[in-house]
Amino acid sequence: MLDFTKQSDTRESDNSSEKTVGCSSCKAEVLHRVLRENFFICPECGSYQRIPPRERIEMLADTGTFKEIYADIESVDTLDFPMYKEKLEKARTSTGEREAVVCGLMRVDGIECVCFVMDARFIMASLSGAVGEKITRAFELATSVNIPVIGFTASGGARMQEGIFSLMQMAKCSGAVKRHSDTGNLYIAVLTDPTTGGVTASFAMEGDVILAEPKALIGFAGRRVIEQTTGSKLPENFQSAEFMLEHGFVDRIVGRAEQKSVIASLMRMYRNGGNNDSLRKA
Amino acid sequence: MTAYERLKTVRSNGRPTGAAFIDALITDKIELHGDRRYGDDEAIVAGVGYLGKQPVTFIAIDKGTNLDERIRKNFGCPKPEGYRKALRLMKQAEKFGLPVLCIVDTLGAYCGADGEERGQGQSIAENLMEMMTLRTPVISIIAGEGGSGGALALAVADRVYMLENAVFSVITPDGCASILWKDSSRVAEAVECLRITAEDMMRFGVAETVIPENGDFIRLCGGIKAQLEEDFKLLSSLTQEELTEQRYQRFRKLGAYAENKQ
Repeated sequence: MLDFTKQSDTRESDNSSEKTVGCSSCKAEVLHRVLRENFFICPECGSYQRIPPRERIEMLADTGTFKEIYADIESVDTLDFPMYKEKLEKARTSTGEREAVVCGLMRVDGIECVCFVMDARFIMASLSGAVGEKITRAFELATSVNIPVIGFTASGGARMQEGIFSLMQMAKCSGAVKRHSDTGNLYIAVLTDPTTGGVTASFAMEGDVILAEPKALIGFAGRRVIEQTTGSKLPENFQSAEFMLEHGFVDRIVGRAEQKSVIASLMRMYRNGGNNDSLRKA
Repeated sequence: MTAYERLKTVRSNGRPTGAAFIDALITDKIELHGDRRYGDDEAIVAGVGYLGKQPVTFIAIDKGTNLDERIRKNFGCPKPEGYRKALRLMKQAEKFGLPVLCIVDTLGAYCGADGEERGQGQSIAENLMEMMTLRTPVISIIAGEGGSGGALALAVADRVYMLENAVFSVITPDGCASILWKDSSRVAEAVECLRITAEDMMRFGVAETVIPENGDFIRLCGGIKAQLEEDFKLLSSLTQEELTEQRYQRFRKLGAYAENKQ
């Protein structure tokens, strides 16, 4: 059974609360503490800043319920690809994380679920064998105990340095999503900036419900590639969350302040629907 | 041949296209069109026909043989409606118990604004998910280029064959060089780093069979046909649960990672 009694693994904030951070959009210097209290939305211009995974988990999980899983899994330089080891080392040092996704068990408004949160700071959360393994295991675990998966996606696409193994993670994760789905379980994908390439072409687009953050970049092919291939300039909002909503590929755009309540409501409604066994079997 | 020479070989104009393989392998074929949602993508040639005595569903990415055809087929880069046509026919194959044969030869999925508007990523994602549990045997042959997600969307299979010179890659080596080194002329170097040859795929467990490219095309296809018949027969002897379980495990084990307790 799942163990929710263990203390949260979310790291304690250090003494950096009075540190200032420059807004990625308007460049305003904002106190880290203020930014954090404001869901990492710039109080000056309202733009969404990227959130480190543990701080996102803190925003979503009921206090003290998060328990990290698969924290020991990390990438290896299996193809001996030039500069990959160095790149991994640099990402680990600069983020303090071992891979580009954090997985765990948590409760959201009392409802237990598995979550995975991708980390764009870590080699653009590209899809490595380790990322694929952690996400696959997360779905397999959720399938085995019949609980929902909440996945926050972000990715620049494939981890090129792992070659074909990176590509195969798309199929591997999709298989685990399918099994979770086929056993009647809920998967809510929350697409955050940026969700592109192989992640868009696999588990980001496989949610029963697909939410997106305002103005997040969401797409398959890169804007530059499309502009080069077709020789035409693309509109400003191309591949934004709003563009994806307009074209029918996301269910809703949900601001950060509302995410927890929307996710909890969805989990509650779909779970209660699942109690109607007589109809299901009919 | 070096990996780079192989890449140039499969990209050369004289290379048999996906449709040529279908013509050589399948008899009495009837091509079927459209995704029933938006349109018909000519980059994917699909339908039903006989492999020997066995009726099968075939789905081939086709680059075309002359400029006019290539333009209509987006040089073998399928659009969302192409992947949706493929999935429609795979689900139909499942319904009627037909084995599915996919021929893959693409630089990758189509990169264009209209593809994005119609959900290029979503169409590939749906294929990956649905193919994983398709209750009929699927064999995919990487005949030329197996480019990225656009190739994988037709290669979630029980067996993957690769032609001797075919390549399978997470990204075009040109794209890799351009992104990693900001220099698209370093393709040959990227090819070596990415490990994209049939031999590599055998070693990695990504492919089960390499088809030698010596001899003429008809003989080559004769060999492929014999292998297909044997493998389809074997796969058809499994229960649907065994089949989909084996397919799941085939992909489940792919990918390297370390598990280091700290």
